[in-house]
Amino acid sequence: MSNIKILLNGIIKENPIFVLLLGMCPTLGTTTSAINGLAMGAATTFVIICSNFSVSALKNLIPDQVRIPAYIVIIATFVTMLQLFMQAFIPALYASLGIFIPLIVVNCIVLGRAEAFAAKNKVIPSIFDGIGVGIGFTVALTLLGTIRELLGTGRLFNIKLLPEEYGSLIFVLAPGAFIALGYLIATVNKLKKAEA
Amino acid sequence: MEDLFSTFLRAIFIDNMVFSYYLGMCSFFAISKNVKTSMGLGLTVVFILGCTVPINYLLEKYVLVEGALSWLDERFVNTDLSFLSLIIFITVIASFVQLAEMFIERFMPALYASLGIFLPLLAVNCAILGGSLFMQQRSFPNAGTATVYGLGCGIGWLLAIVGMAAISEKISYSDIPKPLKGLGIAFVITGLMGMGFMCFSGLKI
Repeated sequence: MSNIKILLNGIIKENPIFVLLLGMCPTLGTTTSAINGLAMGAATTFVIICSNFSVSALKNLIPDQVRIPAYIVIIATFVTMLQLFMQAFIPALYASLGIFIPLIVVNCIVLGRAEAFAAKNKVIPSIFDGIGVGIGFTVALTLLGTIRELLGTGRLFNIKLLPEEYGSLIFVLAPGAFIALGYLIATVNKLKKAEA
Repeated sequence: MEDLFSTFLRAIFIDNMVFSYYLGMCSFFAISKNVKTSMGLGLTVVFILGCTVPINYLLEKYVLVEGALSWLDERFVNTDLSFLSLIIFITVIASFVQLAEMFIERFMPALYASLGIFLPLLAVNCAILGGSLFMQQRSFPNAGTATVYGLGCGIGWLLAIVGMAAISEKISYSDIPKPLKGLGIAFVITGLMGMGFMCFSGLKI
């Protein structure tokens, strides 16, 4: 499989949110606005690429029995780096994403890609897989963030589109996240059916 | 005493792990098909949260924060190990998940078989790591409060997953539009349950 194909595979055919349904917690928790969704996607992409790279480079050195703890420690290291970096340079974004940055450690997508792809493939394809899955994740998060921001506050990327009174706060709060994602998944299912 | 009680109630109802922080979603949606299995998983989560939150609290207080190691030696007064907290927390959690797994495999083989991959996956369940991270943010006064908080979080999660499983059992014969079937409707139901739980946020305790 060529590298481009691997890249596209992660974005469309194996989209982590709409198809594999992995990594739901940050998807719901951070998409209160389109900007937050985009930032969370970018942060996770960084961690996936780095962990895919390290896991595939070290795969022959890690004994099979302790591979899961070893992967988790690798991921936790990169997340700690990211956390310190964000705290130092973009504190406002760090504050608004809050607990979900350290929680990237337990994002199933990151561990899933390490186990399912990086542990079996060479370094270069693993990096491309990381980029592809990361972009797929970012697209899904930004989409959900856009919908929730527009319905909840009438804004888009902080630009006012609808009058304030049209926003229904429920979409910014927790229940709206579940309902919006539920219907988004239903829409994707419907489109996939039409294609097939 | 009053403080303990209000921490406990807050953790269950107002700051519910599922409905207000969206934590532990993967196993929540995957396991909530029947009440018995979800009860088993929920109780395991209560046990793990009840153990790991106080242990991580003590580690945080006596090992990780700045100057915490001064009980060991004068020289460590300026040592700040807090950058290690994430790695330490996840290691403690993974060991307890392993312990729970061995226990369930030995004494409850039927439950073990029905939970399958989701039992070891509890190590990467965000509700459990989330409990420890919230504990770190809130700086509880003592280990007792941390224990109560951990148990409360676990029980809140248990309530959510058992409720969800009960509804799933009921709707399995309903006529649901095709694209919504499966996960779509599960999300919508969770949203509606979340609206119910939002009523608790008006409580003053």
